[in-house]
Amino acid sequence: MLLLSVENLQIHFRTPDGVNRAVDGLSFTVAAGETLAVVGESGCGKSITAMAVLGLLHRPPAATAGAIRFEGRDLLRLSEPEMREIRGNKVGMIFQEPMTSLNPVLTIGRQIGETLRLHQGLSRDGAKERAVELLRLVGIAEPGRRVREYPHQLSGGMRQRAMIAMALACSPKLLIADEPTTALDVTIQAQILDLMRDLKQRTGAAVLLITHDLGIVAEVADRVIVLYGGRKVEEAAVADLFRTPRHPYTRGLLGAMPRLGAAERADEPGRLAEIPGMVPSLKQRLEGCIFAGRCREATDLCRRFAPALEPKAPRHLAACHYAPKDALAA
Amino acid sequence: MLGIIVRRLVATIPVMAVVALCVFSLLYFAPGDPVTIIAGDQASPADVARIRATLGLDRPFLVRLGDWTWRILQGDLGTSIFTNIPVTELIAQRVQPTLSLMLVTLAFAIAIAVPLGVAAAATAGSVVDRSVMALAVLGFSVPVFVVGYVLAHVFAVELGWLPVQGYTPIERGLGPWFANLILPASTLGFVYVALIARVTRAAMLDVLAQDYVRTARAKGLAPRAVLFLHALKNAAVPIVTVIGMGIALLIGGAVVTETVFAIPGLGRLTVDAILRRDYPVIQGVVLLFSAVYVLMNLAIDLLYTLLDPRIRY
Amino acid sequence: MSATFVPRAPGAADGIRASAPPDLAIAEPLPDIIPPRKARGRARRLVARHPGAVIGGVLLAVVLAMALLAPWIGTVDPTALSPTQRTRAPSALHWFGTDLLGRDIYSRVVYGARVSLVIGFSVAALASAAGLAIGLVSGMMRRADGIIMRIVDGVMSIPPILLAVALMALTRGSIGNVIVAITVAEIPRVTRLVRGVVLSLREQPYVDAAIVSGTRPSTVIWRHILPNSLAPMTVQATYICASAMIAEAILSFIGAGVPPSTPSWGNIMAEGRALWQVKFTIILFPAIFLSLTVLAVNLVGDGIRDALDARMAKDV
Repeated sequence: MLLLSVENLQIHFRTPDGVNRAVDGLSFTVAAGETLAVVGESGCGKSITAMAVLGLLHRPPAATAGAIRFEGRDLLRLSEPEMREIRGNKVGMIFQEPMTSLNPVLTIGRQIGETLRLHQGLSRDGAKERAVELLRLVGIAEPGRRVREYPHQLSGGMRQRAMIAMALACSPKLLIADEPTTALDVTIQAQILDLMRDLKQRTGAAVLLITHDLGIVAEVADRVIVLYGGRKVEEAAVADLFRTPRHPYTRGLLGAMPRLGAAERADEPGRLAEIPGMVPSLKQRLEGCIFAGRCREATDLCRRFAPALEPKAPRHLAACHYAPKDALAA
Repeated sequence: MLGIIVRRLVATIPVMAVVALCVFSLLYFAPGDPVTIIAGDQASPADVARIRATLGLDRPFLVRLGDWTWRILQGDLGTSIFTNIPVTELIAQRVQPTLSLMLVTLAFAIAIAVPLGVAAAATAGSVVDRSVMALAVLGFSVPVFVVGYVLAHVFAVELGWLPVQGYTPIERGLGPWFANLILPASTLGFVYVALIARVTRAAMLDVLAQDYVRTARAKGLAPRAVLFLHALKNAAVPIVTVIGMGIALLIGGAVVTETVFAIPGLGRLTVDAILRRDYPVIQGVVLLFSAVYVLMNLAIDLLYTLLDPRIRY
Repeated sequence: MSATFVPRAPGAADGIRASAPPDLAIAEPLPDIIPPRKARGRARRLVARHPGAVIGGVLLAVVLAMALLAPWIGTVDPTALSPTQRTRAPSALHWFGTDLLGRDIYSRVVYGARVSLVIGFSVAALASAAGLAIGLVSGMMRRADGIIMRIVDGVMSIPPILLAVALMALTRGSIGNVIVAITVAEIPRVTRLVRGVVLSLREQPYVDAAIVSGTRPSTVIWRHILPNSLAPMTVQATYICASAMIAEAILSFIGAGVPPSTPSWGNIMAEGRALWQVKFTIILFPAIFLSLTVLAVNLVGDGIRDALDARMAKDV
């Protein structure tokens, strides 16, 4: 059953020096209980898409077109109060920086509890009790003491656990995790990923995992979409993508990834050394393929005609004129 | 907590000492002979000698400074040259109107300025924001007595809604006391509102760009809860700081406001003292106001620990 | 279920397709959802983006012109008394009416611009210069810093108007003394600002390197510290100019300012004080001019600040 279906989503921003087409014609789906990874470099539009799903974009300066269907309703057309019913309740979100994403002047218990009081109508005491339970669930020792503490009194890993507890407080159908482990130490990263997998199995929530780290994708995702310049350039099941990447950009990403112990190696400066150049400015209309400027295999054809996203193998889409195409694909 | 307060109080001693030294030594460093200026043009040599002796200017600087400090520590601020009444007594007679005016203004201004600043930040770039910012610039530009006369002219003289001038002691009823303070407090509060609203807006804009505000919105909290619960508490430190620093503006403004509205308070006492060149009175008032200012800001420093759990002294 | 379907508008890219190989799958370009901004001329863009700064600049130019041309645009001698023409309402002869002594208020207001501007600019210049000097000493010499900052803290605890009042109580009323009194009250703020800039610059590796490698302090100040202090000081100076003009008016208004015969806006209002309930115009006209002038200076200051902020944002 489809839980989330993003259809031809466009997110444009008005900036002082032109319109930034941050997301342009993005479509994807997430089934109930599924984990979909959204992969791409910073600025490819992945975080903005997550913000759009939660209805957190400020419009203006942002403008949107297309549809984001969640349980059949188009979130882009919902009113702000209707959207608030969904945020934190049916869709939970984990942010990248647990240090800055938690409010420094409110206690952990208060921050978890307010979601419960808001969406489930719990009393102050009820919410506090449940907050303690949730902290225990995410593996925080001495939860009874921690609920009364402030974020700065917790370690980085504990803060991210608290963040997860907060996102899961109302048992959401969909959990959006935006780079959930990027800001953490390597050993803590593995623990948090384990925790997320474990909780996903227990709660049955679908996960939209946003990351630039293909190592994490291999560990936890079912399916992957690769974004470049606000567009989807490839989509496949995890195993297919890693075995036979079809788009040159995906191959670049995979080639740039350390082979051994992929999960333990996270953010390295030279990660994308195999893809020369920079993401093009999205403020001009581009002719041809958006990746052509950085692609080693680009030809005149690529520079003139933008490739459409088409099936290259069963359940495997790519947007490249030269991507190998299986005979079975149709 | 008590230990912290005591330590902080001790730390204000050097500041107060500098204030006292400043106020005291002005008499010695003023160009020309201040005594002849204080005495006025028609004074006889005997008058000048008498004033010189009253001010102690006939004795060496250090002897006089020691003597003066000793007396201040005992609560003696000297005697008015003009009325021969002890300065402390003069101040005591005038404290209530000024205190009333400043407290009402403070309450008024904070209650108006903080929501204005929050609204401006929440709607950054909108008509509301621009209006608040325009009001703030206006607040800094229109001098306090201009505000006072315009308000008094419109609401008291033309419309007759409020008393034109004067002060009703609080003992004679809260209603009349308050009615007499509305116009002066609005006058005095104008620039203060501008100051607080501007800082509130800036602090809130800063906070609203933070990740935890996004988290709060992602939880489904209503805008009001996000603004006033999550954001405002984080913006509180700069806001409270400027409220404290702005008290200096209030004190200066009170002198003028009391003149415009004929309120018999400390400001009025100061102005009368200037016209009579009654330096001991001016000295006393300046010392008192400075002490109030220092202590208020000390109290605000201590308030920080309550507002932000990360701050510890 | 995994392959998502993108609906395609037929014929949308026919023009491009015509030249392409027939079996090539081409992506349809999507329409823009934000209309492009209308192009505007340079001058109109300036007004649209910084309306305050433009209004402030124009206002300030008008007041400056008024001050410079006072002898030609004032109708009569601003100090001339005419006992038969006392407290007249505005008329064709006396545009703003006359005061208690029969002096022409319009002329006094025009000349008052001179007093306000001279005091505003002088205080801004003097306080900046003195604050810069003291701030530099405080920031560069660790030993002097403690003492200077104690004094600065102490002086800043005295509300500025009261400090100026106390000073004026001991001297004769004159424009020079008013300037000194207001300047003394403003110096600590500039000192703090400059010291802050110096201290933050000393943290910079290149400045630290210059000091450690024995570059003469004067060279360090000249090459690193002055250029970096200039921007925040210019902004601060305009605000000081505005508050000095208000301070002068307040001092004159309560009788501690320039001599009563001098046509300053504060003095005109002080004279109108006794009659304000019946002859409101005596106070109203100088009040409007004073407010507009201070507003102009504040707007220009905000404009400079915004421009510098934008430049700093661009440098980063």
